[in-house]
Amino acid sequence: MSKRPSVIRQTMLTPIVLIVVLLVMAALSYQFGTRAFNRTAVEMFINIMVVVGLYVFVGNSGLLSFGHISFMCLGAYMTAWLAIPPVMKSITLKGLPAWLLHTQLPMWVATPISGVFAALFALIVGRVIMRLSGIAASIATFGLLGVVNNVYSNWDSVTGGQGSIVGIPPTMNVWIGWLGAAVAIVIAYLYAISRSGLALRATRDESVAASASGIDIVRERLIAFVVSAFIIGIAGALYAHFLSIVNPGAFYLRTTFITLSMLVVGGMYSLSGAVTGVVTISVLIELFRNLEKGISLGALKVALPNGVQEIAIGIITIVILMYLPTGLTRNQEFSWRGWPMLRRLSRPVRTAMKELN
Amino acid sequence: MTAVLQIIFDALSLGSLYALGALGIALIFGVMRLVNFAHGDFIAFCVFAMLWPSIDATAVVFAGMLPFYLLIPLLLMIGAALSILSEIVVFRRFRNTNPATMMIASFALGFVIRHLMLMLYSSRPKSITLWPSLGLPVDFLGAHIPMLQVVTIVITLAALAVLVLFLKRTRYGLEMRAAAENFTMARMLGVRANGVILLAFAISGMLAAAIGLILATISGTADINMGANVMLIAFIATVIGGLGSVPGAVAGGFIIGAASVVFQATLPHDARVFRDAFVYGAVIVVLLVRPQGLFAPKSAKQRV
Repeated sequence: MSKRPSVIRQTMLTPIVLIVVLLVMAALSYQFGTRAFNRTAVEMFINIMVVVGLYVFVGNSGLLSFGHISFMCLGAYMTAWLAIPPVMKSITLKGLPAWLLHTQLPMWVATPISGVFAALFALIVGRVIMRLSGIAASIATFGLLGVVNNVYSNWDSVTGGQGSIVGIPPTMNVWIGWLGAAVAIVIAYLYAISRSGLALRATRDESVAASASGIDIVRERLIAFVVSAFIIGIAGALYAHFLSIVNPGAFYLRTTFITLSMLVVGGMYSLSGAVTGVVTISVLIELFRNLEKGISLGALKVALPNGVQEIAIGIITIVILMYLPTGLTRNQEFSWRGWPMLRRLSRPVRTAMKELN
Repeated sequence: MTAVLQIIFDALSLGSLYALGALGIALIFGVMRLVNFAHGDFIAFCVFAMLWPSIDATAVVFAGMLPFYLLIPLLLMIGAALSILSEIVVFRRFRNTNPATMMIASFALGFVIRHLMLMLYSSRPKSITLWPSLGLPVDFLGAHIPMLQVVTIVITLAALAVLVLFLKRTRYGLEMRAAAENFTMARMLGVRANGVILLAFAISGMLAAAIGLILATISGTADINMGANVMLIAFIATVIGGLGSVPGAVAGGFIIGAASVVFQATLPHDARVFRDAFVYGAVIVVLLVRPQGLFAPKSAKQRV
């Protein structure tokens, strides 16, 4: 009798490859990059956390969520409340409860608390949203984004309203960014091979058969929702430490779109796809940012008008969806059997893969 | 009494706006299961089409100067054209993909349109004055009702009546309803897919233009974000009305409009800025009781 190969041994390479590649990128950026380039790298790592968090829910459940950036908002503001020195808080955020007003926690404590806060919130709203059918649930998450934005941009005494809150200690660097991304990848990987992750993917592929086999769809979706909210809450906390200011406008439609298109460009249903998408789009954004600043061709200085960056990202997303609906990685993971593009599968498996999407 | 009448008119006119938006979304959803996230940007585009592209603070009115009997058809045509164009260029290629992919594609399209407008017009809201005489109040049973509210309600009811007649009494309406019920079956029975879908997009675009006109007249400004708010509420309206149900979408729009106005009138002053959050809270309560929406169509039930 042959022993069944363990899931971990078969799939472990994916997170390891991703984390090592990112480590190399972090090291290169730290060694050779300018200050500005390092900031871009940190931003990329934070985006990796967000998109990996998004993947935990979207990739495993097959439901699109437009509301996950609100968890980033929650995490970022929680960190702002916890980490800003009390002297500053008592001036700008008078409405905070006294115990919160007088605490100041270091980053290592504030960040997990922010993640837990976002996860708790997700647990509460998720209980309602996850009961809806697929498309209705996606629209409801969009409503969630609207509500959180509405509350955070109007609750002046606690969130500072439309303006920015300043004074969060700027303690981010490339290494912490990398660590955050690595933690996110590990959590996402462990979730994906867990019992709940497997069950949820079964509901994604064949929901009727899955529920006939005794899988509670609502429950599994809720678990994924909470796990992804935790990851994104942490990402929001690190984002607050990175910018050292927070304002509600940063967590609205633009960020939602950019992160979703990163996920789609890479491949919605795979962890490797999530990371690949972020790296690809980040490179493109940086490229267009430089083009907008202008490049000199000899005596001639050519600059694209402002705003081309967003339009280009939008068009690229549409084109990729048209011609590569499964993303750059074709929804496959890096695995023992070689590079995803060159991987040779037997014919039935290939057909199955095609029908999957 | 007059206060109640005022609230009723407020609710009806706001509800009309949301109902028009929900209708535009529900029609397209019906024929191709596409949740059109670009709808809000269609609305904003129609408003900005009245202005000449410039990034100056003062708006250069262009088409907005035309007399109303030219301006209204022109804007409706612009809305329909934009909508049809987006179908031909983008959505046609996503017809057989899953709803999630279509949603992202429409989100991306909306993003492109939005940033195109930002590039041409800058993010500053611009003032635009259309028909100031509509702002004057009329006396109705002792209440002062702005003329504009009456016009909004009348226009909406007229549009709804025309649509109902169209859907119930004409061949194309029949085809569209058949397509909404079961698209594959309708095609097998001789409904031309492209025709029906293009028609749905054209109507949806015209509805977007109508909303744009009403919004611009009410607020007197052209703002890039003005469409997104209406769209968000219109989405929620389609969900509580029951996705895929056209009358449900209209009813959902009116219900949310009424709920907003009632919250606005009854909430304490400090809490009014959170009106939308309260409205969504009410929506969540509704969905807890009926997750499939108030008027879920039979066709929405999944067959195995």
